[in-house]
Amino acid sequence: MTIAFDRQSAVPAHWELLPFRFHALDPTTTLLTNLVGEQVCVNPYQLTEIVDGTCTDEALLAELRAKHIIRGFGERTSAELLAMKLRTRMRRLPDSTGLHIFVVTLRCEHTCKYCQVSRQPTSGARYDMTVQHAERALDIVFRSPSPRLKIEFQGGEPLLNFAIIQHIVTAARARNVGPTRDLSFVIASNLALLSDEILDYCKREGIYLSTSLDGPPDLHTRNRPRPGNDSWQRTVDGIGSAQRALGVDHVSALMTTTEGSLGRVREIIDQYRSLGVLNIFLRPISPYGFALRRRGGGNYGVEAWLKFYEEGLDYIFELNAAGTLMVETYAVIIAKKMFSNEDPGYVDLTSPAGIGLSALVYNYDGAVYASDEGRMLAEMGDHTFRLGHLDTDTYEDIMLSDALLSPLEQSITTSAPMCSTCAFEPYCGSDPVFHHATMGDAVGVKPLSAFCQRNMGVFTLLLRKYRDDPGARAVLRKWAHR
Amino acid sequence: MIVVNGRVVPHNLRTALPTDVWRVTDGSELDPPLPAAVLQRSTDGKVRLHLPNTRQGSEASAAGVVLDVPTSLDHVSVGDLIGISPDGTRLTVLWKASAQHNGLLLTERCDNYCIMCSQPPKVRDDDWLYERALQVIDLLPTSTPEVGLTGGEPTLNQDALLRLLTRLRDKLPNTEVHLLSNGRAFSKPDFSRRYAAVDHPGLMVGIPLYAPESSLHDFIVQAVGAFDETIRGILNLATLGQRIELRVVVQRQNVAVLARLADFVARNLPFVEQVALMGLEMTGFARSNSDEVWIDPVSYREELREATEILIDSQIRVRIYNHQLCVLDRALWPVAVRSISDWKAGYIDTCQSCALIEQCGGVFTTSGARVSKHLHALSAP
Repeated sequence: MTIAFDRQSAVPAHWELLPFRFHALDPTTTLLTNLVGEQVCVNPYQLTEIVDGTCTDEALLAELRAKHIIRGFGERTSAELLAMKLRTRMRRLPDSTGLHIFVVTLRCEHTCKYCQVSRQPTSGARYDMTVQHAERALDIVFRSPSPRLKIEFQGGEPLLNFAIIQHIVTAARARNVGPTRDLSFVIASNLALLSDEILDYCKREGIYLSTSLDGPPDLHTRNRPRPGNDSWQRTVDGIGSAQRALGVDHVSALMTTTEGSLGRVREIIDQYRSLGVLNIFLRPISPYGFALRRRGGGNYGVEAWLKFYEEGLDYIFELNAAGTLMVETYAVIIAKKMFSNEDPGYVDLTSPAGIGLSALVYNYDGAVYASDEGRMLAEMGDHTFRLGHLDTDTYEDIMLSDALLSPLEQSITTSAPMCSTCAFEPYCGSDPVFHHATMGDAVGVKPLSAFCQRNMGVFTLLLRKYRDDPGARAVLRKWAHR
Repeated sequence: MIVVNGRVVPHNLRTALPTDVWRVTDGSELDPPLPAAVLQRSTDGKVRLHLPNTRQGSEASAAGVVLDVPTSLDHVSVGDLIGISPDGTRLTVLWKASAQHNGLLLTERCDNYCIMCSQPPKVRDDDWLYERALQVIDLLPTSTPEVGLTGGEPTLNQDALLRLLTRLRDKLPNTEVHLLSNGRAFSKPDFSRRYAAVDHPGLMVGIPLYAPESSLHDFIVQAVGAFDETIRGILNLATLGQRIELRVVVQRQNVAVLARLADFVARNLPFVEQVALMGLEMTGFARSNSDEVWIDPVSYREELREATEILIDSQIRVRIYNHQLCVLDRALWPVAVRSISDWKAGYIDTCQSCALIEQCGGVFTTSGARVSKHLHALSAP
């Protein structure tokens, strides 16, 4: 006889709860998430028994032990593993501010209806960033501890002030000495003004191009008017020549969902696919700038957007099953937070919030903002997220300003009301700018928050796909580790 | 399958042999130093080993000891290391130069008592095995690609193991060293530190993990508290930057949680270098506990595929050991390895007409008839 004891004898006689949170997905399914967001689904009756300590379902208890929701009395590993996972999740925090946005001009030749920025006509150098401000901004960029520094040129249309882009690239490279950082550059452009000279320069300097593409011609042109009504053609041509000159991986595109997009997600995705852009970010419209106007394109509710998003995601899963490795960026960010220990630190979905810590914005006029949205609010007359000015303020002044620290501290999800007890907290983040813009304070009232409603909708959707659809599960798993 | 143990007949032997580990040579060196055993093949195919440096004084033995080697052991070749009992009557092949994998058995003692153990532990003092392993290491060429260290549980004698690893570092720094351990000893930070301090660049430890939580793992290894210690050992090793392989023996008890185990590894132990999903060797305890342990690989194809995909999707390297291609999902063929050691690998009659016999690792001859009932010949793909 070589089996000295049976299965039951190896089961811990007593167990205790580890920190976990729960959420009713439907009347018979309750989601439990542990400290780092690992999931187990039970029914409400089982939840009661788990909390009471009366559960005797050994298979369930084994699953709860494996997922670190309970632990056997005296077991040490679960706490150590949880601590390790939490450390992994938080490890990016000391390396703050990897993204630095330079608004090199406010001039633009487009008149997009949802534009978040108050654009200016194409003449008039007083809306351009000066060399002095660019140099001062670089002082701050290189004070940031992050080992990866990404400098993103925005506008307006940044190509209208190409000279300052070249100046900043050269100056930044010259400063990247000593302990060098992984330095990269992105130009966010409508590509309408792309020339061979610009492409040659981007190729030489390894610069990435990011553009806006809302979908098929009629939709894109309606959303993004420009003289001649040729914005779609120019963008598509620009993507093509940029892909040829720089390589497919150096060109990306972003879409904004407007009322006109609803019901057309397959066409939009196919538009991306036909251009060989296999990365799409199905973004809802932001409640800033012109988007808030009646004809700004944002007159649809969260439910309508979630339906649009689900249709898009289903189509992308379909494409993946058929061998086209299309990716939806928002789902990738959330999949990482759900199914790995990594927090990508995405500006709008991380806690502490991404303002300042993930990104800083240097405006054309020398003002420094905590985020792109913070700058947009300022264009609308609300200067809450203006952290300082390049003429007068140092790195310390900006990073230690009340304008940054106070909203950061108030909005941390592990302590914010209704976030701290939410089962989705590990997947979510805080967006103090959104809540300030829509509700007047950095935290907001979560049951009324469109941010909360939209993200809860996405989390529930992704978990449902993961649970019920093996194909979607495999895709989400791959996304979580890409 | 090749035989590694057998009786030999000594000639000219008066007193006990001066050493027990010998290097087989071709006799081209004049007067080769101890412990050379010169291989001689006569025209009639008979194989003899001549031990020229064992002259024992008298006229009759001036040429040294000669051993008659039986047919079963006539595969012995130049470069092999062999053990010869002091009385010259038993020969053990310790190192087969032509083999892919060579393992040195360091002990037969163990603090786990796994229900599917193919080499049941023995409770006896066998520290001489470490000494013999040291002798083998001293005789191996520096070009040796890989050395396996097995037990039993090699960490039970910590000092002897560390001495051996240090010797490997000094003598064979370019060799891959693969240690098999249940990992429990590494839960002691002090031992982990001493192990890491040896700093052999090719050292990796293979640690078995059978379930994602304590109750099933502890049952399978028949030791309460083992899971806790093994996991803490793995964490200590990872903190010290040590290379780790996880070894999962797939068996009746853990088939149902295989995917969950893969999830657990991906989430909690993502730093491991490789996960090996292994088929049963139906001998030892596995044979006596056959009812609890055996499950036909055909009936867990789905679970094995899912676990493998979870690990691959999570960017963790996976290898499948001891499974025949004909019972594996085709999607898993790229990660299937011919892992069964030469001396216990074989093929059943059905295999003879299989077009993929060359690519397939075959079955454990030690498993006897306890192999999948669904083995079948495959046609060329």
